[in-house]
Amino acid sequence: MVWLYLILGIPFLFAFLVPVLHKRFTPLIHTGWFVVWIPLLIFGILLSTVPTISSGGIIGLSLPWIPAYDINITLFLDGLSLIFGLLISGVGFLVILYSIYYLSKHKEALHNFYIYLLLFMGAMLGVVLSDNIFALYVFWEMTSISSFLLIAYWFEREKSRSGARKSLLITVFGGLAMLAGFILLTMMTDTYSIREMVHSLDGIHSHTLFLPAMVLILLGAFTKSAQFPFSIWLPDAMEAPTPVSAYLHSATMVKAGIYLVARFTPIFGGGEVWFWLVTGIGLMTLFYGSFNAIRQTDLKALLAYSTISQLGLIMSLLGLGSAGLAPEAGNAQAAYALAIFTALFHLVNHSTFKGCLFMVVGIIDHETGTRDIRKLGGLMHIMPISFTLALIGCLSMAGLPPFNGFLSKELFFTAVLNAGEISVVIPVVAWLASVLTFVYSLIMVFKTFTGQPRVKSGKQAHEAPLGMLLPPMVLAALVVLLFFFPNVLVHYVLAPAWAAVLPSLARENLLTVHVSPWHGVTPELLMTLGVIILGGTLYKTLKKWVKLYRTYPQSLTLNHIYETALELMESLSLSLTKRYMTGSLRDYLIYILSFIVVAVGGALVLAQGIAFDPSHDAAFSIYELALLAGMVVCAITVLLAETRLTAIIAVGALGFLVVFFFVLFRAPDLALTQLVVETITTVLFLLCFYHLPKLQKETTPLPSKVVNGLLSLAVGLVMTLVALSANGNPLPESIAGYYENAYKLAGAKNIVNAILVDFRGFDTMLEILVLSMAGLGVYTLIKLRMAGGKENERS
Amino acid sequence: MIKGILFWVIFLSLCFSTLSILITIYRCLKGPTASDRVQALDVLGINIIAAVAVFSVFLRTTAFFEVILLIGILSFIGTIAFARFIERGIVIERQHSD
Repeated sequence: MVWLYLILGIPFLFAFLVPVLHKRFTPLIHTGWFVVWIPLLIFGILLSTVPTISSGGIIGLSLPWIPAYDINITLFLDGLSLIFGLLISGVGFLVILYSIYYLSKHKEALHNFYIYLLLFMGAMLGVVLSDNIFALYVFWEMTSISSFLLIAYWFEREKSRSGARKSLLITVFGGLAMLAGFILLTMMTDTYSIREMVHSLDGIHSHTLFLPAMVLILLGAFTKSAQFPFSIWLPDAMEAPTPVSAYLHSATMVKAGIYLVARFTPIFGGGEVWFWLVTGIGLMTLFYGSFNAIRQTDLKALLAYSTISQLGLIMSLLGLGSAGLAPEAGNAQAAYALAIFTALFHLVNHSTFKGCLFMVVGIIDHETGTRDIRKLGGLMHIMPISFTLALIGCLSMAGLPPFNGFLSKELFFTAVLNAGEISVVIPVVAWLASVLTFVYSLIMVFKTFTGQPRVKSGKQAHEAPLGMLLPPMVLAALVVLLFFFPNVLVHYVLAPAWAAVLPSLARENLLTVHVSPWHGVTPELLMTLGVIILGGTLYKTLKKWVKLYRTYPQSLTLNHIYETALELMESLSLSLTKRYMTGSLRDYLIYILSFIVVAVGGALVLAQGIAFDPSHDAAFSIYELALLAGMVVCAITVLLAETRLTAIIAVGALGFLVVFFFVLFRAPDLALTQLVVETITTVLFLLCFYHLPKLQKETTPLPSKVVNGLLSLAVGLVMTLVALSANGNPLPESIAGYYENAYKLAGAKNIVNAILVDFRGFDTMLEILVLSMAGLGVYTLIKLRMAGGKENERS
Repeated sequence: MIKGILFWVIFLSLCFSTLSILITIYRCLKGPTASDRVQALDVLGINIIAAVAVFSVFLRTTAFFEVILLIGILSFIGTIAFARFIERGIVIERQHSD
């Protein structure tokens, strides 16, 4: 079963080979021909596991990554992963085949395209095959990044870049929320493995972290799957090349959120919050997407909103199905559980017809040069095959027989009718959304292909080459085949996936279904008939009521809110930064010093560290008092000096007095050094003096003077308090006794010098280094300024 | 420690030197011109020399004698630097004018 690693590894490894092949073979062979066999290989490997999976087996493998933290690339393949794996590799194969004919080998940077696409494919397979949630998260973000790269494939276009940025912002926001949710989940279950989480559910529903974890993970799923109100990135992602739209934004990436919800249903499902969040958001997205799809004039935007709507449908079904896990559902468990099956079934169906439709739109774009519905028309006779394919896809999307969309739509109605017991709103909204779906499906096929050809584009429209038509043909064939023989798929692939989503019900053998196109005159059939009648009428009278859309204010659209929020955040942070980053050193010093006062003083007060203990203090004599008075006078003079020379002299006097203090406290070496340093500093001040401007009477406004004064007093007070308290609190014993053995240990009679060069010689060495660096620095400053002085003046 | 009359002599002389240091500081701060202040600084150095010497006697140590010599040298250098500055505006002249 090492094959599974091969599945995951091949796309990434081959991505490295692509540029080499591209460079070597470009003018001869389209690079896509080298890539196209990879998804086919993966598809084959996955197909070979179908017998194992359909008989209830699970394939698992673990590759150590960070074993010390129990983070490993653990792969496991059950029914759910298999469906997604087959979709990713199958549609991937068709899309790459399609892209070979769609992208020109002369004009496009094909190596970039296929590297991004392979990265995406590998990441997506990683998402659906990972058991370790951190590996899952890593692959999840890789899909976001590769999708970002693919959307901005034509990076010289402004719209591509903004679409890519929007999708990255929204999906990464959701991804980070999901990571937080994952971490909360591991705190509750104490494992990183999803499988083990499913088995250790005791008490998880009453855990305090349960709700935050659920909401955060759902946030990740909703942003990725373009659920309301995070759906806005998907229509903008249509700036990508059409194969990318077909692959990422209809069949795979947008279903990662669906996968996540399905995967975590056994853990979170069964509660009311999960039910209403998933179902509610799903239904809202379903309605919002279908409502907005009608007003679109760009075919790809229409398909984007249609995708949003269909994803909402699948999401709401997953929510409805979670009711089957609730213990109070009783006998209705199996009926609710059918919704999960429907979700999986429609997931497959949607991938087939939506992939087909995107490819057809790409063909139309390629052959006529436009995707605008208002400019298209009458293509039926020019492009009969494309028309047939579009018809099949759209009717399946609308939910008509004899196409697979009909089956899942009927099952959807069964599910919502069933949920009508919980709330009547659910079936009503679902039915209305289906009517709107029917309308935009008709718009798409009839406005494009029937009527008179309107604006002639530069190109002479004609049917696409066979290679381009082949992939959508395969998908359209699947659409029809799945209608007539759905139970093959159901038995081999969907049933195990269903069991994977609802393992507890599967153990009780509650999950049985037989899909058949005809099941008598049921309420579902009547609902479908209603959809056709009302939808048909609405389509016929489209011109009369489509104006309604214009009455909806622009300022309330989600896109507008997103743009305004971005602008607001930028201007807010800019004004905030401008407010405190004034560029004035005085302000920064105020921040730093106030922080010191607050942090140090606050800590002192909070820790109740203020303590005065004069009992250890030495007695002070009259000389010290007199010297102190002299120093205070000198310091005040420095503050109040009117000329700079006075200040320098006062500082010199202060230094001499400190020397005398050193003498009083019996520190001859310090006194010597202090003397020399003080004199040199004074001389240096005088040296600079000549070059400095006259000390001006600063006209500081009174408030800032008061602030300065208060702050300096506060800093002085805090430091005094700290010093006194440090003395007042009990101190550990001094280690000075050790150094008194200087003569015995180091052969020195001068303890200070022995410490400096012997006991703690390292400090001395580094201080010598500091002095040398200061000297070199001064030399460099002066020399460089002299050399470059003239240039600086000029500039 | 020193006892008896010598203690009082030393005590008094330290008191006087401290007093004269304070008076010198007054001149140093008040002095109407810079020259007054520089001279006061010079006197301050000499006063400190005297005080350190008396203090050394009091402590019965020779450890501070280097300080006395150094103050002598440095207070001389400092005064010369200030004097040059007041007279010529700069302390160290360049070798060749440019």
